[in-house]
Amino acid sequence: MKAKHQRLILALVALVALVGAGLLAASALKDEAAYFYAPGDVKAKGVEPGKAIRLGGMVVKGSLKRAPDGVTMSFDVTDGKATVPATFSGIAPDLFKEGSGVVAEGSFDEKGTFIATNLLAKHDERYMPRELEGMSYNETTHELQVEK
Amino acid sequence: MIAETGLAALWLAASLALLQLVLALVGLKGDKPDLLAAVRPAAVAQGVLTAIAFALLITLFMRSDMSVLLVATNSHSAKPWLYKFAGTWGNHEGSMLLWVTVMGVAGAAVALFERALRRDTHMATLGGQAAISLGFYAFLLFSSNPFARISPAPADGQGLNPLLQDPGLAFHPPTLYLGYVGLSVAFSFAIGALLTRQVDAAFARAMRPWVLGAWILLTLGITAGSYWAYYELGWGGWWFWDPVENASLMPWLAATALLHSVTVLATRDALRAWTVMLAVVAFSMSMVGTFLVRSGILTSVHAFAVDPERGSFILGLLALYIGGALALFGWRIGAVREGAPFELVSRETLLVVNNLLLTVILGLVLIGTLYPLMTEAFGHKVSVGAPYFDRIAGPIALALMIAMAVGPLVRWRRDQAKAVSKRLLAPLCIALLLFGLVSVLAWGRIGILPFLGLVVAGSVGVASLAPLWKRNLRRTPLFTYGMVIAHLGCAVSLGGMASDSAFTVEKLVAARPGDTIETAGWQIRLLQIQPLAGDNWTALQADMDVSRNGAPVTIHPQSRFFASPPTTTSEAALLTRWDGQLYVVLGEEVEGGRWQLRIWWKPFVTLIWLGGIMIALGGALALLGRERRGWLMKWRARAAA
Repeated sequence: MKAKHQRLILALVALVALVGAGLLAASALKDEAAYFYAPGDVKAKGVEPGKAIRLGGMVVKGSLKRAPDGVTMSFDVTDGKATVPATFSGIAPDLFKEGSGVVAEGSFDEKGTFIATNLLAKHDERYMPRELEGMSYNETTHELQVEK
Repeated sequence: MIAETGLAALWLAASLALLQLVLALVGLKGDKPDLLAAVRPAAVAQGVLTAIAFALLITLFMRSDMSVLLVATNSHSAKPWLYKFAGTWGNHEGSMLLWVTVMGVAGAAVALFERALRRDTHMATLGGQAAISLGFYAFLLFSSNPFARISPAPADGQGLNPLLQDPGLAFHPPTLYLGYVGLSVAFSFAIGALLTRQVDAAFARAMRPWVLGAWILLTLGITAGSYWAYYELGWGGWWFWDPVENASLMPWLAATALLHSVTVLATRDALRAWTVMLAVVAFSMSMVGTFLVRSGILTSVHAFAVDPERGSFILGLLALYIGGALALFGWRIGAVREGAPFELVSRETLLVVNNLLLTVILGLVLIGTLYPLMTEAFGHKVSVGAPYFDRIAGPIALALMIAMAVGPLVRWRRDQAKAVSKRLLAPLCIALLLFGLVSVLAWGRIGILPFLGLVVAGSVGVASLAPLWKRNLRRTPLFTYGMVIAHLGCAVSLGGMASDSAFTVEKLVAARPGDTIETAGWQIRLLQIQPLAGDNWTALQADMDVSRNGAPVTIHPQSRFFASPPTTTSEAALLTRWDGQLYVVLGEEVEGGRWQLRIWWKPFVTLIWLGGIMIALGGALALLGRERRGWLMKWRARAAA
């Protein structure tokens, strides 16, 4: 085989691989990148049950309840536009509390409850999930404020 | 005075870098390679000065000198000495000073120890190193001065993020930085070679040890970082596809590709332009990683106190260096002669496949990491997480593993397809056997990726030993052993990952003292919960007896509270056995005097990091083997003369 032909074959293989990778990335991004939802998005667009997403918002005050098993809790997440119920089994981060921001990883069940498998609350006072920037819970009026 | 001396050392080092750059340019322009004699001392002095500046910053931290702003905001006099020491680089300014120090010391090492390179290329390389260093000196001096004073000095400091108060911090970031910044040497080599048009096998042989060294340290740094996240964050996971982790993975992928292509260039004088390109890409990825981490522009579980202001400075440096290098590449690469040709069935082809797959993974990880940034520019907030990365990286990584198993069994330059398939027969049989075995044992119970992972890990593990088959083991060169061990390490690590995701058993309970929990063959008895005080923290500690139908061992998961800054961290208890790890996290107290416990049994999870260490060890053996061969040859030549 001539060197030129061979170079051409290699270039073609590389091209096919790159195009394939690009398509793979595009399809994966289309499926997975709408990965972050606020409750308002859930209401507006709908999320199919079982699809892994991140749900972010504020934990509604007075909504946090613990189940008798001691490890499961339920709470409501809101962004001011909509509120969705969520449950979580596990050890909640220390800074997870009512009226504070949370990003939950998990999926919706058939009844529309968000089953969180992981909670990303603030690790320390300085850390705020970036998706929640622009949201804050007013401690005095107990109202959710969303900057636009 | 210490802080002022440190600052002066930095300014002096920066001036020397400027001098070094100018001298190198003059030498290149006027075709005076003798100027190398002046460039080298400048590089060495620069390395010494940066090391002094860094040592002085460490001194300030050790002394808890609160009149220095950086110490006051990041340290506390009540911290144990190890964290005062390691806290030096547990913050933005300190870590950037570490970056600059490593860059300076690496430049000094190139000036002192590089002997194989042609003199003009050597000089151009040192000029390149000075040019990159200058940008980072500017960044440090104009926007991140670690030696700034604060007046009046506070009574005590604000403390270090407790998550970072871990012995791992003393080891993990410096190793990673040595790797990151070590790649700057490869970058400078590429610049130097482009400037003097010396892209050939001799150049590749000179560059290889530097690439190998940086790659070994990167591998160790990533392995250590993964283990740190695993035990310190208390989630039981070992990789989160967090932007900060991706920032360390991307240079590693590029460096791994570079390591293989530079070998093709050194052995067969092929892939010239591509190797130079990869050297540029590898360090560019280091800089992109720093940009991502230091600008705080992306969501990250370990985005500790970041400052978006500085992002634009690093972005500017990034554009300047990557853009500049690519422009130089475009301008000069036409002058690089075509390398040696090779047949389709040859090791070169397999190494091209390796490079292609690594580059594709790199590209996909980069896209996934930057995508949220791009969409945010258009007003959409999205995050890209594990589902995306698992889906794209998993299958390609498996293909890469297969190419890795086949590659060493194919000859350089030209081979017969028939002979290759004969050599592959044994690993193929083992793959089939494993496929059957894993199917029988676990079909339907585990996901498709872990399933394939187990099969590929087993068969690739065997295939990676095949290059030693029927060879005289005592006469096999050290670097062949290095390759075999590194490849085997990849298989071992993959086996650990697949086993962890396939077979991990998790149990979540609320237990009273006295209760016994049974899971995955373990009996775990909660004895008591008691308070405890450490140097700068208080904790609640659970005492638990755990056993597997034998004598119990006591373990102590803790929930720690730090006063400055006020934070609670969870210290998981890990019990390592030959076949896996028991991982226990203590949660909070719930009604009825019960305590939340999260327990995992993770079969063979330790293989993940054992594999990582093997990969680095393989690299070290290869480095040693090549260098030793060089010394031997020199010694023989001298003896003959």
